[in-house]
Amino acid sequence: MHEMSLAEGVLQLLEEQAETQRYHKVKQVWLNIGELAGVDVDALTFSLEVVCRDSLADGAVFHIVREPGRGWCLQCSREVELPTRYHGCPHCGRYQIQVTGGTDMRVGELEVE
Amino acid sequence: MCTDCGCGHDPLHAGGAPRRMRIELDILAKNNRLASDNRAWLAERGIFALNLVSSPGSGKTTLLTETIRQLDDTLVYVIEGDQQTDNDAQRIREAGAPAVQINTGKGCHLDAHMVGQALQSLNPSPSSLLLIENVGNLVCPASFDLGEAHKVVILSVTEGEDKPIKYPDMFAAADLMLLNKVDLLPYLDFDVDACIDYARRVNPNIQVLQVSARKGDGMDAWLDWLIKGMNRCQLASERDENSD
Ligand SMILES: Nc1nc2c(ncn2[C@@H]2O[C@H](COP(=O)(O)OP(=O)(O)OP(=O)(O)O)[C@@H](O)[C@H]2O)c(=O)[nH]1
Ligand SMILES: [Mg+2]
Ligand SMILES: [Zn+2]
Repeated sequence: MHEMSLAEGVLQLLEEQAETQRYHKVKQVWLNIGELAGVDVDALTFSLEVVCRDSLADGAVFHIVREPGRGWCLQCSREVELPTRYHGCPHCGRYQIQVTGGTDMRVGELEVE
Repeated sequence: MCTDCGCGHDPLHAGGAPRRMRIELDILAKNNRLASDNRAWLAERGIFALNLVSSPGSGKTTLLTETIRQLDDTLVYVIEGDQQTDNDAQRIREAGAPAVQINTGKGCHLDAHMVGQALQSLNPSPSSLLLIENVGNLVCPASFDLGEAHKVVILSVTEGEDKPIKYPDMFAAADLMLLNKVDLLPYLDFDVDACIDYARRVNPNIQVLQVSARKGDGMDAWLDWLIKGMNRCQLASERDENSD
């Protein structure tokens, strides 16, 4: 359940940004979570709700935007979709794939006042 | 003070309608920053640091105590992560190495902040080997960089050969897989080749060594891997010193 630590990380970011961006309430948050980031989205949503209670983001709506996994097939020399880390290349079937996308976890956008 | 809600902020925002802003910040940024600090601290001193990860009971502490006993002319330091108890740190001290125990409580992984603090109290000598035993968990520690040179994942043969694809993030994050408890292979139907094949599916570059921490099989290859890593690490720190 590292989703709890991730949620704490998100709240910390929201609090830091409140200082520099001068807001006192967070209404909505858009999180970008890659399909290969190893995050359980339900656990994250639950943790955010718990962690944000009585904070500047109490009651905020969290939107989770999934970013697809992508990789570079060394055999085909092309970018391929990678639904999981153990999928092979959809073209040649091999597993010589370097992951190129879908591992990020970012706070993308906020609605604040 | 804000006249709208009395929140103590200056009135700049008061009465302002909700506004949208793009910030694009990495959720792990803080941990990654602290991990880089740890990495720099270790590099300056030529300390070779490993982050050992596995599910509970796959043999991390046994591997560490055996490693400490066999590397008797090498300075080895250990950071032990467990949710509760300092049993593992005691086992390490009995084997002859200084150890700091971190209890994470409910926390399911070590983070860079905890390791930074442990480094302060452990204060490992230059050119030594630092082994960090993470909390037994094949999921969470994968996302948290501690500042180590390599993650080493330990999988014991009693866990089943499909673990690398069931928990792919950990095997993707590791540079070396130690397949432990190979002394038990005759009693199991564990398929070693399939296991290695699965590990290479998620990480084409992963190195694999087969060991028995208990009976000693394969320990020489593991110790050799450690010593080569330590030498590389020392050379790099001497080079940096000379170029300063
Ligand atoms: N047969 C056999 N047993 C082993 C081997 N290595 C470890 N064990 C046994 O496995 C059990 C767990 O070993 P530990 O070293 O405590 O495992 P760990 O990964 O440190 O466990 P946690 O810290 O609790 O996650 C002990 O009973 C060990 O004696 C091995 O190579 N062969
Ligand atoms: Mg242990
Ligand atoms: Zn291909």
